[in-house]
Amino acid sequence: MSEHRNDGPGAESRGRHAIRSADRAPAPGSGGPIAIIGQEELQAKSATASPRRNILRDAMPPAIVFILFLLAWAGYRTFVLDRFKRRIVPLPWTVLTRGFTTAGASKKNPSELITGIKITTQVAVTGLVIATIVGVMLAVLMSTRKWVENSVYPYAVALQTIPIIAIAPIINIILGSGLGARIFTCVVISIFPIIINTLFGLKSADAGQHDLFTLHEAGFFTRLFKLQFQAALPSMFEGFRISAGLSVIGAIVGEFFFSQGPRGLGILIDIYKSRGLYNALFAAIILSSMLGLVVFFAVTWLRKIVIGRWYQAAR
Amino acid sequence: MPAALAFDRITKVFPDGTHALADATFAVDEGEFVTVVGPSGCGKSTLLRIASGLTPATGGKLTVTDPNLGYTFQDATLLPWRTVGKNVELLCELHRVPKAERAKRAQDAINLVGLSGFENFYPKALSGGMKMRASLARSLTLKPKVFLFDEPFGAIDEITRERLNEELMRLFLREKFAGLFITHSIYEAVYLSTRVLVMSARPGRIIASFAVPFPYPRSPDLRFEPAFAELTGKVNHALRSAHA
Repeated sequence: MSEHRNDGPGAESRGRHAIRSADRAPAPGSGGPIAIIGQEELQAKSATASPRRNILRDAMPPAIVFILFLLAWAGYRTFVLDRFKRRIVPLPWTVLTRGFTTAGASKKNPSELITGIKITTQVAVTGLVIATIVGVMLAVLMSTRKWVENSVYPYAVALQTIPIIAIAPIINIILGSGLGARIFTCVVISIFPIIINTLFGLKSADAGQHDLFTLHEAGFFTRLFKLQFQAALPSMFEGFRISAGLSVIGAIVGEFFFSQGPRGLGILIDIYKSRGLYNALFAAIILSSMLGLVVFFAVTWLRKIVIGRWYQAAR
Repeated sequence: MPAALAFDRITKVFPDGTHALADATFAVDEGEFVTVVGPSGCGKSTLLRIASGLTPATGGKLTVTDPNLGYTFQDATLLPWRTVGKNVELLCELHRVPKAERAKRAQDAINLVGLSGFENFYPKALSGGMKMRASLARSLTLKPKVFLFDEPFGAIDEITRERLNEELMRLFLREKFAGLFITHSIYEAVYLSTRVLVMSARPGRIIASFAVPFPYPRSPDLRFEPAFAELTGKVNHALRSAHA
């Protein structure tokens, strides 16, 4: 059939006639021209599926950037900083050899950092989950009525703009200075992108699809779950991805203000700074940013599992 | 034949003052396939939205004998997160048809439009014509007595369109629904229908009606016969005066 499609313009009438005679094939779907287009597309897709060795190729560029960064860091420290500052800023490899181990820091340092990761992860993940639940529920409410959206919107924006340092004393009075206050801080910092992206997503189902559901008398929840939420998933996941990074920032910022209870990475950063343990300080900072990456990529992976089959950008 | 769908002096004025329809009066009898052609923006789509109840008319009387309507939109409106099979099952799902029955009806409809083998494909992997077939199949699962088509093949290339026309005609003869079809193509209109109505520019009125005498099933080569050309010529003239 594809030969007919390749006919030059001069052979137009001949090609046209050939296809039209195929049109009269009695059994529909037995392989007309339309069906063949579909199969071609399918083959193209399986050909581009990535084999495992691509991982190496994908990992190369960021690895090179990382090495360049370390060299720039070392160069800056060695040739630009004066002697006094050089004591504070360690060489990258010293951080690796000493910051993560007991050498040059307190004796229980390694286990301290591991506990720190656990605590901060707990706060960040709990905060992210709460932000997701509350944020999505708020967005659903806002999507139902324009006046709800208008009345809630300014406060959602305020959550984003208000400095935590300004409300820290109030949080302290109400929630104390432990894990609860940290989780609250984390929620405040990470909820805004979830609300906004979910709201945008819920409104993104097209008018024709809404007509279809109206025509067949779909109720509020049927429309919400079978149409709006499904259509919203791609942008909801964009919100979750942004908030994933923010939740780690929120957890660490929370630890700076609310340091009672178990020690997370934020508290360790504070302690190392005041005790002059600079290798360990840099190690804790590196772990914090790695934690942000891990949470971000975990959400990205989740997105692939949930919508990767039909949403191109999520593959 | 009793009327399946009757418009009696239907008018439509939109809140912004747009006068879309003025005294549109016609009926689609059972077993009839009526096509409406008219200038762009003359309110053809509004006609279908009123017939289906999606938009209320501002005046006149609408009679629908069976509320079980099929409706095919300008684009396929498939849900991209559902496979073809699941998309076709959607309407049965919305009407709470039991699962086994739902699957059976979906499979029958998929076979009928020639999409067997594509049940597990997502819409993004389908061509425009295949999406429209899936959309037709979706409507067919409810076995509608009246079928509304809003320029379903407008965005599809000519060859595929002709083929889909032939298959739609087969469906019409087999399922015996009453059809109300909107199109810009005079050839499509005459080829498919028992009757072609011409609508004026806004506010839309029915200004001409042509009975199509050719017996069903119609051969694809009917399109090249003199009688066919004569009739499309007449419709074309009426349509030109509608544009004026």
